[in-house]
Amino acid sequence: MSTETVDARHLLCPLPVIRTQDTLARLASGDSVRVLCTDPGAIHDIPAWCRVHGHEVCDIAEQDGEIVITVRVGDT
Amino acid sequence: MSEPRKAVALISGGLDSLLAARVVMEQGVHVEGINFFTGFCVEGHTHAIRKKDRARPKRNNALWVAEQLGIKLHIIDIIEEYKQVVINPVHGYGANLNPCLDCKIFMINKAREWIDANGFDFIITGEVIGQRPMSQRRDTMPVVARDSGAGDRLVRPLCARKLPPTLPEQEGWLDRDRLHDFNGRSRKPQMALARQFGFEEYAQPAGGCCFLTDEQYSVKLADLWETRGKREYDLDDIMLLKVGRHLRPRPHFKLIIGREEGENRFMEGYRKRFVYLLPLSHTGPLVLLDGEADSDDLELAARLTARFSHGRDAERVTVEVTGKDGAARTLEVAPLPATEIPAEWYL
Ligand code: SF4
Repeated sequence: MSTETVDARHLLCPLPVIRTQDTLARLASGDSVRVLCTDPGAIHDIPAWCRVHGHEVCDIAEQDGEIVITVRVGDT
Repeated sequence: MSEPRKAVALISGGLDSLLAARVVMEQGVHVEGINFFTGFCVEGHTHAIRKKDRARPKRNNALWVAEQLGIKLHIIDIIEEYKQVVINPVHGYGANLNPCLDCKIFMINKAREWIDANGFDFIITGEVIGQRPMSQRRDTMPVVARDSGAGDRLVRPLCARKLPPTLPEQEGWLDRDRLHDFNGRSRKPQMALARQFGFEEYAQPAGGCCFLTDEQYSVKLADLWETRGKREYDLDDIMLLKVGRHLRPRPHFKLIIGREEGENRFMEGYRKRFVYLLPLSHTGPLVLLDGEADSDDLELAARLTARFSHGRDAERVTVEVTGKDGAARTLEVAPLPATEIPAEWYL
């Protein structure tokens, strides 16, 4: 199982969602993605996108204006 | 039992596409959503930039719609390809720089490619005859179907009964009698249908789904093209048109002046691309200088920066000017009086 990092810092929504979506499309169920972003909108949008696609948000951490969202790829 | 037919719905985040998708789902079709990001979408960023808007719950309307419907939503980045639509629309512009007809054709063509690649059967849009002056007229709707290449695989469930039967209706995948016959500008039938389905709190965008329908935004984009001598843009250009005050004191440069903390913060990300100014002796905005400036121009830019700082009434304000190479120097300037700022400078 692999973990990839998506650097979506300084991108505004929905671009962090699009970058996450495009990376997840290449991964297998159970793999993880760490998304780095700065747009606070991603805190709402990435989990919403994960909910409709059946992926799991494992963690959302915020430090010094940077946000790290960890997503585990679902079975879809 | 045979596999259900599959359709992709263009989801803008507004009520019409929400209803159109739902009407088709009612008939047992498997529906997924597709949303195109052009860079001009009103969605998202603007709310994220301005601090005062951060307090409000922010949501991506297209994702909200997908959640209401319980469908997947594919968000597609079309920023690059969309440029030709904005720069050179075959069917021209609407009231501002909105190329709605070309835009619809382009998006439905993209959706057609998507259904071909993903094994889906047809496309759904929330279009209603007569709802919008350019792209949703009785005479332009067949043009959209034809020029997008979608043809009879394009279904508009909200006004289908006013249009010739499409392939899904002919094949019996959809019962035409359970589609709708809305037309005209009234929103009442949509609101009644929303009530029937139990949808509340849906977004009601005024005018259109993107910044190109906004007059002030279009003025700034037209100015960008005119002063650069070419009709081009990149994503940063069109993002920056959404923030700050834009003042063009000289044909060869303009200033983007942050209006509040959220905008200043957002603009900080662009400091490497522009000469920028910042008041040191007083609190005040971050100012980006877009274009070329000699020392007189920099003096003027510094005086304007001072004007929009808390030192506007002070005799002298210290302003730091940083070049693209990162080298900084300071200027001591008198804030430019408001009376010396002609209205034409404001874009
Ligand atoms: S308002 Fe903007 S996004 Fe909507 S059809 Fe017109 S150009 Fe396209």
